[in-house]
Amino acid sequence: MTTSNKINSHTASECATCPAHHAGNLLKLGVDMSDFDYVVALAGNPNVGKSTVFNALTGLRQHTGNWPGKTVARAEGGFSYGDGRYKIVDLPGTYSLLSTSKDEEVARDFILFGQPDVTIIVVDATRLERNLNLVLQVLEITDRAVIALNLIDEAKRHGLEVDERRLARDLGVPVVPMAARQGEGIAELLQAVHEVTTGQTVCKPHRVKSESTAVRHALDKLVQQLLAQFPSLPNARWVALRLLDGDQRIVEAVCSGEIDDLISQEPVQRPEDLLITLEAA
Amino acid sequence: MTTYTPNMNEMGSGTAVPPSPTPQTDILRTAETLRWQIGQNFHEQLMEDIYTEAARIADRAVTRPNEKPRFDLDRTIDRIVTSRIWGFPLMVLLFTVVFWLTISGANIPSGWLSALLLDTVHPLLKAGAAAIHMPWWLSGLLIDGMYLATAWVVSVMLPPMAIFFPLFTLLEDFGYLPRVAFNLDNVFRKSGAHGKQALSMMMGFGCNAAGVVATRVIDSPRERLIAIITNNFALCNGRWPTQILIATLFIGGLVPAYLAGLVSALAVVSIAVLGVLLSFALSWGLSRSILKGEVSTFSLELPPYRPPRVWQTIYTSVIDRTLIVLWRAVTFALPAGAIIWLMANVTIGGTSIAEYLINFLNPLGLLIGLNGVILVAYIVAIPANEIVIPTILMLTVLVTGITGVGAGAGVMFDMNGSAMKGLLDTGGWTLLTAVNLMLFSLIHNPCSTTIYTIYKETGSKKWTLIASLLPVAMGFIVTFLVAQVWRLVTG
Repeated sequence: MTTSNKINSHTASECATCPAHHAGNLLKLGVDMSDFDYVVALAGNPNVGKSTVFNALTGLRQHTGNWPGKTVARAEGGFSYGDGRYKIVDLPGTYSLLSTSKDEEVARDFILFGQPDVTIIVVDATRLERNLNLVLQVLEITDRAVIALNLIDEAKRHGLEVDERRLARDLGVPVVPMAARQGEGIAELLQAVHEVTTGQTVCKPHRVKSESTAVRHALDKLVQQLLAQFPSLPNARWVALRLLDGDQRIVEAVCSGEIDDLISQEPVQRPEDLLITLEAA
Repeated sequence: MTTYTPNMNEMGSGTAVPPSPTPQTDILRTAETLRWQIGQNFHEQLMEDIYTEAARIADRAVTRPNEKPRFDLDRTIDRIVTSRIWGFPLMVLLFTVVFWLTISGANIPSGWLSALLLDTVHPLLKAGAAAIHMPWWLSGLLIDGMYLATAWVVSVMLPPMAIFFPLFTLLEDFGYLPRVAFNLDNVFRKSGAHGKQALSMMMGFGCNAAGVVATRVIDSPRERLIAIITNNFALCNGRWPTQILIATLFIGGLVPAYLAGLVSALAVVSIAVLGVLLSFALSWGLSRSILKGEVSTFSLELPPYRPPRVWQTIYTSVIDRTLIVLWRAVTFALPAGAIIWLMANVTIGGTSIAEYLINFLNPLGLLIGLNGVILVAYIVAIPANEIVIPTILMLTVLVTGITGVGAGAGVMFDMNGSAMKGLLDTGGWTLLTAVNLMLFSLIHNPCSTTIYTIYKETGSKKWTLIASLLPVAMGFIVTFLVAQVWRLVTG
């Protein structure tokens, strides 16, 4: 599988680490999300197959189709694998975490503040470069991620070869090649998710480190202040980065203290936000 | 007059910080000061770093052993389906074929279903009720009201939906929808709307409530409101059966039998195209009056064509879409059937409530080329457009006094002088009534589910009211004009 796996010695045999060993253990729970142990988020660019992966894992039938922008709200479902019960959240596709539209904000708020145990980032193997932009942004804010390298069949048909081992090494997280429409790679994906949640795989996510000294100092200073005010903030560095960039949504969240609520509970969805400006006009 | 003003997001780095010094505002102040210190190109630098890094990693991981055919077939298809000359004709052709298949394919199973549910099961139920000495009002309410409305909904809706949805889903799965959006983008931009409105419109062809939710892909509030208000002009699946049925009975009936299917399909496509044109017109009007503003730019990805998974598509579109939509229609048809029966059988001074209503609305109905029955049906059908036709049929039976309702229903999709057409002819229907019913079905208020969704999405009573009432007003104007011109021309 992937080179970044650091399998602890106490995992019994070779068999236990083989995805095929666990493949039969997937129990699709549909909308039953009671007593879950882990939360899994499904992120990725639009139209890369997130909902297809979601359906394969939960047995639900979220609307899928070959166009970007089908999923505009969060969908949630459950599955159990091994001895863990998982709640999985299908998010709208987004090109970046510097969101502008409502559907992108839904995705960003969850990855940022929903504190998923693992974020599966589904990427399109035929458009790797563009997809990696989002991957790198997500890896900035979470330590536990798995890359689902989807549409690998299409990539092959176009004569592209993706070296998933190299990719895993460069990104510092497991990479699972998949063809979700055909159900290929689902078992391997589950195994990778399982290993990340249980700590058998320790991710060392790649971080873009090219900030100037001035920026680094600015960040350090802000992070310090943020943590003084919000001690449980999980990704203070990212929030600081967004504040420096003047991200209005984050500014508001800090200003109103909402950022604290976002951390402690489910992210609030407020579609009405969008039109308040219009009403006031 | 309200005009759109950009919100804070679009105004750049100016951030409003409240005056009272709390720890939060302290943080924001620090951020603001620091932002000035680190210089202007911070954001660009940040993005550039990410892009460079992504390019580097992707480059290391991807090898292209043979640089040759890549996406070649896709590009050829795209050149044709998005071409300036062939794009639009192909679109119309494709949708005509879909409707033609739907209409000609739905005939036979619709006939079977109505023969079974209306001509066989209904008399059996009545006989059974008589055998156990059920009081007349109870058997009337349950069997002539609730059962009959439901049976009509099932036999009119199920076959066309079971054909239309899979075909549409196959197109969607193949990757055609973004190309439609691509083709329409230019027209939408010219009418002051967002190009992605084409996508929410496509969703609207399935269900307007879903279409309204789908407008979330549009990031500008102004353009999103335009998309929400005009979504109603995308014919939803509650209205397709009405269009298909009326077109088959009255317009297909004008031509020889072998052409009937094709002509009916063209009539339905014309109504759908008219709906799209109205969307453009209304978008244009709104963006020049109450929703003024700039058109935003966006990038739309044309995904690769993928061979549709035929069986899976048929399974999910039948199970998920057809049956769910049908179930919704049935749950609305049951109480509606009861209400219609009560309206028809509760009398005040020897005249039923329904007749009072119909007579009251008849002058208005006739003025716009419809009749009182149709207007009452549209009021009863506010919760769900699906039950318009059953309501019209039941009320017409009541007004014309034809006895033996089951027999009156006959075979639904018979081309030549079917029992249903006979029934409607007795009710005083003309070709004008049929055409205006098709027009009014396209142009009237959204169903209550959609209205509620609009309220949830906009959070505004004002815009919900506008989105609900504007189309009805337009519907009255359009049908009125058509009726006047028609009567002038035909004398």
